[in-house]
Amino acid sequence: MSSQLSRQDYALEGSTRPLAALYSRNARAVIARGLLATRSSNGLVLVSGFFEPVLYLLSMGIGLGALVGDVEGPNGQPISYAAYIAPALLAVSAMNGAVYDSTWNVFFKMNFAKLYQGMLYTSLGPLDVAIGEIFLALLRGALYAAGFTTVMALMGLLTTPVALLMVPVSVIIAFGFASFGMGITSFMKTFQQMEWVNFVLLPMFLFSATFYPLSVYPQGIQWFIQALPLWHGVELLRQISVASFSPATLVHLGYFLLMIAVGMLLTTLRLRKLFLK
Amino acid sequence: MPLSDPPVISAHRLSKHYGDFHAVDGISFDVPAGESFGLLGPNGAGKSTTMRMIGGVSQRTSGELTIMGLDPEEHGPEVRAHLGVVPQQDNLDEELRVRDNLLVYGRYFGLPMSYLRPKADELLEFAQLTEKSGAKVDALSGGMKRRLTIARSLINEPKILLLDEPTTGLDPQARHVLWDRLFRLKESGVTLILTTHYMDEAEQLCDRLVVVDKGRIMAEGSPAQLIRDHSTREVLELRFGSERNTTVAAELQGIGERLEPLPDRVLIYARDGEEALEQVISRGLKPVTSLVRRSSLEDVFLRLTGRSLID
Repeated sequence: MSSQLSRQDYALEGSTRPLAALYSRNARAVIARGLLATRSSNGLVLVSGFFEPVLYLLSMGIGLGALVGDVEGPNGQPISYAAYIAPALLAVSAMNGAVYDSTWNVFFKMNFAKLYQGMLYTSLGPLDVAIGEIFLALLRGALYAAGFTTVMALMGLLTTPVALLMVPVSVIIAFGFASFGMGITSFMKTFQQMEWVNFVLLPMFLFSATFYPLSVYPQGIQWFIQALPLWHGVELLRQISVASFSPATLVHLGYFLLMIAVGMLLTTLRLRKLFLK
Repeated sequence: MPLSDPPVISAHRLSKHYGDFHAVDGISFDVPAGESFGLLGPNGAGKSTTMRMIGGVSQRTSGELTIMGLDPEEHGPEVRAHLGVVPQQDNLDEELRVRDNLLVYGRYFGLPMSYLRPKADELLEFAQLTEKSGAKVDALSGGMKRRLTIARSLINEPKILLLDEPTTGLDPQARHVLWDRLFRLKESGVTLILTTHYMDEAEQLCDRLVVVDKGRIMAEGSPAQLIRDHSTREVLELRFGSERNTTVAAELQGIGERLEPLPDRVLIYARDGEEALEQVISRGLKPVTSLVRRSSLEDVFLRLTGRSLID
C-alpha cells in the first residue's frame, strides 16, 4: 500500500507477439488452481469417474461374457469377451470424461460459478484458460486410464506389455474430444442446448463397435460409424491391447491428430465468443 | 493537460450495442493519472458495460479506447496486469479458501510465490480478514466477501483500480472502513475508477465524475461544480401532508429558481433557502415541516436522470 506511483509508470509498451491479446503464456496458473480446488473439494467426483467404466467391464465383461464366450480379436485370435470390450470401454471413458470437462464443466464455470470472469480480469487471456482447462481434463483422463488399465491387468485381460500404451493413447483420444468440445461449448447458450451433447454421446457409445464388431451393420451404416471419432478410438485401443498393428492403426491415430488440430483451431477462433462478450 | 502527460484512460465516442439496445452510446472522457473518477447513473445506464470494456473483457461496437496508451482489446493481458478489478458481484473462487483466493489470483498475474505470500498476509490484514485466512469463502459474511474481493484486486499492486459499486450491500461501518482504505490507495497514487449510485460515496471519493443515463453522458465535472451547474446552492423541503403537496405547488410558483412537487414533499431550489421559506410564510402557507439544506449531488442526479423508477 506504500508505493508512490509516478506518472511515467502509466505508459505501457505493447507486445507484438502473435495471439498477445488472447494468450499470456501462463496456463500453468490455471492448472495450479484446478489442482488446488480438486484437492480441497472434488474427491468424490474423481472416484465416480473411475468406477463408471469398471462397473461396465464387470457387468458386461464378466456377466454377459459368460453367455458370449470367446470372440474373435483384432488379430483373428480368439479372446475373452471382457478382453474384447475393455479397450472400447476405455475409449468411451476417455471420450465421456473429456467431453464432460470441456462442455458441462466449462459451461457451468462460465455462466454460474463466474470463475472465468475473475480469471479474465487478470493477465490471463482466454487461451491460457482454455489450455489450462484442457490440460486438467487430460490429466484426469490419464489417471482414469491408468486406473482402468490396472483393473484390466488384475482381471488378467492384459496379454502384452504393449497394452500399457493404451494409457497415453487414450489421453490423445481425450485431447481430440476435449479440444472439440470446448469449441462447441462456445455456441451453447442454455442448458437445453447442452443436453444435445448427451444426445450425441449416448448413441455413439452404444453403436461404435463397442460391444460387437462393425460387421453386423449393413455397408452404409458401417461407413457412417467409421466417420465418427469414437469408432477410431475403440479400434485403436483394441489393436493396442493385443499388440496387433496394421496400416489402419496410423489412420486411427491420424484421425485424432487431425481432430486435435481442428478442435484447437476452432476453440481458438471461438475464444472471444466463449469467454468474452 | 500538457502533452507530456497523457491520460491513463482515454475513451472517445465509445459505444457498445447489443442488437438494437445501445448499452453505451458514444461516450467520451479522459482520466489523468492519480485521479479518482466516478461514473454515476441509475441501473442500466451503461456503467458496468463501460467498466468491462476498460478491462478488455467486453468488445466495443465502435469508438476508441486506450488504457495507459494501449487498446485493451489488442493488449488485454498487458493492460490488465496493471488493473485491479472489483466487479459488481463478488466472483470469489468458492472452491478455494480465503488466503488461497489471494495466492491463486496473484498467480494468474504470473507473480512469484515469494512475493505473493507476504503480500497476501498484508492484504488480509488490510481487509481485516487475517483470522479468516483458512476459512472457506462461503462461510464469510457479505461484507467480508466484499473486502476479500477488494483485497484480491490489490494483489498485483494495480495502477488503476476499477470498482463497480464497491459498497453496495454493506452496512455503514463497513462502508466507512472501505472508503478509508480507498482513500489511502488514492493517496498512494492509484487511479480509481468508480461506479456508484450512492451520492455520498461519489462526493466522498471522486475528484471528478460523469453522470451517465441511457448510455450517454449527461453531465461532467467535480461534485461541487456539478452542484453549481445543475442545482442551486440550497434546497428548501416543505411538507404539507400528502394530499395537499401538489395543490399547494401552484401557490408556490415564483419562489426560488425551480420548484419540484413530489408525492411526499415539495422541493424549492433557491440560492437562499431561509429567504425562500420567509416568502412561503408571507403567502400565508403553513407547511407541516420545513427544512433548509445544502444542495447535494443527489439533487443533481435526480434532476439529470429523472425520478421515475428505472429497472
